[in-house]
Amino acid sequence: MTMFEAILLTVATAATPLLIAALGELVVERSGVLNLGVEGMMVMGAVTGFAVAQYTGSAWLGMFAAILAGAAFSLLFGFLTLTLITNQVATGLALTLLGLGASAMIGESFVGLPGVRMDSLYIRGLTDIPYVGRVLFGQDPIFYISILLTIGVAWFLFRTRAGLTLRAVGDNHTSAHALGVPVVRIRYLAVIFGGACAGLAGAQLSLVYVPQWVENMTSGRGWIALALVVFASWRPWRILAGAYLFGAVTIGQLHAQALGIGVPSQLMSSLPYLATIIVLVLISRNKRLTLMNTPTSLGKPFVPDR
Amino acid sequence: MTGTITKDGSEIPLLEAEKLTKIFGTLKACDGIDLKIGTGEIHALLGENGAGKSTLVKMLFGALQPTSGDIAWKGERFTVTSPAMGRSLGIGMVFQHFSLFDALTAAENIALSLDEKSPLDTIATRAREIGQTYGLPVDPDALVGDLSVGERQRIEIIRCLLQNPDLIILDEPTSVLTPQEADLLFVTLERLRSEGKSILYISHRLEEVRRLCDRATVLRHGKVVGQCDPRTQTAASLARMMVGNDIHVIERLPAEWTDRIPLIEVNGLSQRPRGPFSVALHDIYLSITGGEILGIAGVAGNGQGELFEAISGEVLQERPQVVRIRGTDAGRIGISARRKLGAAFVPEERLGHGAVPDMSLTNNLLLSRHSTDRKMFLTGGVLKLVSESSLASAAKRIVVQMDVRKSAENPDASALSGGNLQKFLIGRELDRNPSVIVVNQPTWGVDAGAAALIRQALVDLARSGSAVIVISQDLDELFEISDRIAAMVHGRLSESVPIEAMTMERVGLMMGGADATAGAA
Repeated sequence: MTMFEAILLTVATAATPLLIAALGELVVERSGVLNLGVEGMMVMGAVTGFAVAQYTGSAWLGMFAAILAGAAFSLLFGFLTLTLITNQVATGLALTLLGLGASAMIGESFVGLPGVRMDSLYIRGLTDIPYVGRVLFGQDPIFYISILLTIGVAWFLFRTRAGLTLRAVGDNHTSAHALGVPVVRIRYLAVIFGGACAGLAGAQLSLVYVPQWVENMTSGRGWIALALVVFASWRPWRILAGAYLFGAVTIGQLHAQALGIGVPSQLMSSLPYLATIIVLVLISRNKRLTLMNTPTSLGKPFVPDR
Repeated sequence: MTGTITKDGSEIPLLEAEKLTKIFGTLKACDGIDLKIGTGEIHALLGENGAGKSTLVKMLFGALQPTSGDIAWKGERFTVTSPAMGRSLGIGMVFQHFSLFDALTAAENIALSLDEKSPLDTIATRAREIGQTYGLPVDPDALVGDLSVGERQRIEIIRCLLQNPDLIILDEPTSVLTPQEADLLFVTLERLRSEGKSILYISHRLEEVRRLCDRATVLRHGKVVGQCDPRTQTAASLARMMVGNDIHVIERLPAEWTDRIPLIEVNGLSQRPRGPFSVALHDIYLSITGGEILGIAGVAGNGQGELFEAISGEVLQERPQVVRIRGTDAGRIGISARRKLGAAFVPEERLGHGAVPDMSLTNNLLLSRHSTDRKMFLTGGVLKLVSESSLASAAKRIVVQMDVRKSAENPDASALSGGNLQKFLIGRELDRNPSVIVVNQPTWGVDAGAAALIRQALVDLARSGSAVIVISQDLDELFEISDRIAAMVHGRLSESVPIEAMTMERVGLMMGGADATAGAA
C-alpha cells in the first residue's frame, strides 16, 4: 500500500461519519424539523454499537443495534417536539446533553477494552489492483453504505413522490396540511431516519474509525454535521463534498503536524473547521439557490387547526 | 328574502348541508347553515368578511370539522374528515390564500395534490394541456415563488381541474384577473357547468355573480340570510342582503388643485430584471400633483410589482433623480428615508410583506413607522424605548377610523381576515397623513364593504392635497377613484388618460399593448 492510498483511506474514514450523520439531518431538516441532538444520538449509537459488538462478538450486530439506538433516541425527540410541541432547539440541545451523559454512564465499564473491528471488504483480484484497489474495493462496509446513502437520499428527495411530499412539508406545513398531507407522520418518519443515520455514524466511530470506547468519542462531529447541512444549502451532493473536504483537511493537517511544520498545533487543528466553513460559504453564495433550498418552515412547530 | 329556488326540489342535490355549526371558543363562525348545491349549477356564496364563508367551505372540504350538523354528498351522509377525503369524494378547492409551495415548481405543486403517482413529466404535460384547453397558460417548470398572484391562481385552478372533481369550490377567483382574463375564466366555468360539474363560487363582485351564477346563498354573521336567483336581482339588492344595509357609494368631488407642483415623479426609470422571472422596466415616466389619483392598470406580472419596489425604495436606482419625492431626488435612498420625505407605501402582499404575520398589530405599526414617527412612539431619549401606550392609542385610532374588526385587543396580523388586515395596513399609512401614497392592489380579496371604505379613504386623502398612485388589476376600482389611468404592459407604462376620456375598451387595449398614446391628453 502506498502512502497516497493510505491517505485516501484515512480521509474516507474521517469523512464517513460526518457524511452519514449530515445526510440524516438533511432529511430531518428538509421536513421542517431542526434536531440539534445529532451529537447525542451519534454518541448513543457509538456506545450501543460497541457494547453489542463486545457481547455478541459481531460488529454487524453492533452496527444494527447502533442504528436502532439512534432511531429510538430520536423517537424521544420526535415525541417531545411533534406530539407535545416542545421547542425544537431546546429539546435538541437537551437530547445532546442527555446522550453524552447516558453514553458515559453506559460505557463506563468499556473504557480501555479492545473493541471489535468491522472487517474491510476484500475481493480477490479487485482489491489487489495497485493504487485504486484498496480505495475502491477494500474499505469498510459503512463506507459503501454512506455512498449508497448519498445517492439514495438525493434520489429520494428530488426524484420520488415521497421526497416531493417531504420537501413540501418542510416548505409550508400549513399548505401541506390543507392538501391532506399527514404532516406529523412524515416528520416522525424523517426524525427517525435522521436518528438511525446518526446511530450508524456513531457505530462507524466505535467499530471502524477507532474500535474502542472513549467517553465523548464523537468530539463535536455531530455539530459539524449540523453545520454541513446548512452550508451545503440542504443538498446531498454538497454534503458529500463538504464531508470529504473536512476529512481531507483533518488528515492533511495531521500529516503536516507530523512533518513538524512550524505552525501552532491549535491553529492546525482548527483548520478543518475553518476550511470547511469557508468553502461552503463560498459555494452557498448564490442567494436564490439557497433560498430555494432552505426549508421555510424549519424549526416551526406545527399545530393543526382545531 | 326575495327570489325563489329554481331547481326542482325532488332531485337529489349533489351536496346538501344541514344545520352546519362551527364554534371557535365563544365565537359561532357558522350557525346552523343549510346549503344545497345541485348538479351542474354555479352556486354563489355571498357574504362580507367574517360572515363565515371560509369556515363553511373548509367544513365542506374537510379541512375543518363541524361542531354539529350533517353533510350529505350525492344523497349519502358523510363525515368529511380530511381534505384528502374531500378530494376523493370529488370536491376540489381553489383557495383564496393560495396553498402553494414557493420553493417547488408549478408541476411539483400540482403533483402534490394528485393522489395518483404519475411521473412529473406526465403531470407537466397534462397541466399544459388543461391550461391550453381552459385558457390558463402556465410554465410547469417555473418556481412558484417567482410567479405573480394571477399566475399562482392559474396553477391552483389547474391543480383542481386535474383531480376531475364533481364540485369545484372557488374562493374569490376573479379578484386577481383582468376583465379579459375573468371573461376567459367565465367561459371555463360555463364549460365546466355544461360538462355537468357543479361550482360553489365565492365572490364579492356582485355583477359577475349576477351574470354567472344560477343560485346564490347569502351569509351574514354566520347565518344564512337569504337564497335567491341572482339573475333576477340587482347588484344593489344583493349588496343590501349581504351587508344588511345599503352599501356606501364613493363620493368623488371633482379634483381641484391650486398649484400644480408634482409631489412624486419618476424620470426615465429603466431596470434590468432582477431574477429569472422578474420583469424589466423600460423608460418609465410619471408625475403626479397633489390632489389627484393616478390609477395604473395592467395584467398581473407586467412589471407593476417592480415599479412599486422602485418607487418605494425596496430597490434602489443608480441615478438619484429617477425618483423624486416632493422635489427631492430620492432614487438612492431607502424606504425609511423616503417615508420621511412624506411618502407612504402599501405593498401587494399583506402577510409577509405589508405585515409580519406572527407579530401583533401594534408591533406591525411600529415596524413601519418607527423612523417617521420617532417622537411619537419612542421615548427615553437615547434609549429609544418603545412607548406601548402611544402605540396602543395609535392602533386604536386606526381601528376606529378604518372600522377594523378583530377578535382580540391586539391580535397577531395573521389572525385578521384579509379585508380587515388590509384596512389596518392602509389606515396605518393614512394615519400619518402622507403627502404621497403608493398602493399596490388596495382591495385584493377584500369584500365590498371594506373595499368601499378603503377607496373612499384614498379619495379623501387625494382631495386633501396628497398625490396618490393606485396600482390595481380591478378596473372597476380604477374607474371609481382615479383622475387619470395609465396601463403597464411588458414593463412599459403608457401615457395616462384623463378619466373623462377613458373607456373600458380603451383601457383593455392599453393593457394588451395596443398603441395607447393615440389621442391621449
